[in-house]
Amino acid sequence: MDENILLENFQKKVDAEIKVEPKDWMPEKYRKTLIRQISQHAHSEVVGMLPEANWLTRAPSLRRKMILLAKIQDEAGHGLYLYSSAETLGADRQDLIEELLSGKAKYSSIFNYPTLTWADIGAVGWLVDGAAIMNQVMLTRTSYGPYARAMVRICKEESFHQRQGFEIVANLANGTPEQKEMAQDALNRWWWPSLMMFGPTDDNSPNSALSMKWKIKRKSNDELRQDFIDRTVQQAEAIGLTVPDKDLKWNEEKGHYDFGTINWDEFFEVIKGNGPCNQERLSARQEAYNKGSWVREAAKAYAAKKQVSKAA
Amino acid sequence: MSQNEKTNWPLWEVFIQSKPGLSHKHVGSIHAADAQSAIENARDVYTRRSEGTSIWVVPANAISASSPDDEGEFFEPANDKVYRHPTFYNIPKGVKYL
Repeated sequence: MDENILLENFQKKVDAEIKVEPKDWMPEKYRKTLIRQISQHAHSEVVGMLPEANWLTRAPSLRRKMILLAKIQDEAGHGLYLYSSAETLGADRQDLIEELLSGKAKYSSIFNYPTLTWADIGAVGWLVDGAAIMNQVMLTRTSYGPYARAMVRICKEESFHQRQGFEIVANLANGTPEQKEMAQDALNRWWWPSLMMFGPTDDNSPNSALSMKWKIKRKSNDELRQDFIDRTVQQAEAIGLTVPDKDLKWNEEKGHYDFGTINWDEFFEVIKGNGPCNQERLSARQEAYNKGSWVREAAKAYAAKKQVSKAA
Repeated sequence: MSQNEKTNWPLWEVFIQSKPGLSHKHVGSIHAADAQSAIENARDVYTRRSEGTSIWVVPANAISASSPDDEGEFFEPANDKVYRHPTFYNIPKGVKYL
């Protein structure tokens, strides 16, 4: 069939809200965009385990430790759901992992910031997972079926992540003056990088128009960022913390908060690999992968051996 | 990385029964060296919150599927047989349990 007709039919289907499934015809650019986006998303889940793992052995109680462990396991699971859905588009899992390990593939720049205190674990859950949820809730309605289904699973699990994070921050904010200061310090450091998670402003986001047309995304970076700010400011106020933005002000007319200018130079520097922890994150992944190679080989050897004895 | 190591563990499609009495439903896929470890990996990835009472794994390459390209003609034979549905039949008013 003529490529233009196929493209036209594809658009009609997307406009009619019929999900695109793995074996359906799709434009090459749709496939490529999705493989890139889903694998970056998967890498982010996997790398996202590292800043949290930093506090696993030092969690302040057994309850907190069990929660953090469960959360980190969820992140691993989320990475796997996503790799699995990228594979339905014809991507090879091993290629995707190698792209991460070689530094070629991107992951969310937020995970290149360090978790300096226990309050940071709270801030990560509250703000970083909170920002991720805004994006992921939108993606439960993305046009590609397997991606949308993975997102439904992920969203169900993420709300626990955000609530446990908020609980940590809220407890500290209600604690001793030192604890409250620790919570405020975490908010100060994580606020702006969390806002950067939504990506560049709409006028500086060249791929967005096509992604919206194909309903891969349904809300623009700026819309999602605004939603996040509107929700989060009230949460900070409720526990007596101050959002570190002197320009932050409720705009009655718009029904939204006005906020200050984001430091996009910092954002692009971190993406380029010059954030505080880029090198550390990558080497931790490489080390984990290399140390696990004997397990992968042993499992394969064992499976092959059992195959032989079954045949005999 | 050696070429040998580049080979993935095989891919398995995962089906989960959420409670006794219901059908198994496709939930996603998993890589594993063999069927037993595929079941264990699927448990860890897809049932962390008691979503399942039973798991099936099937080698992904063992699944045959209908082609979306001829979806129209392929399912066409069922389209003009409305008499296969109970709503096709006229039943006199007042008749119950039918």
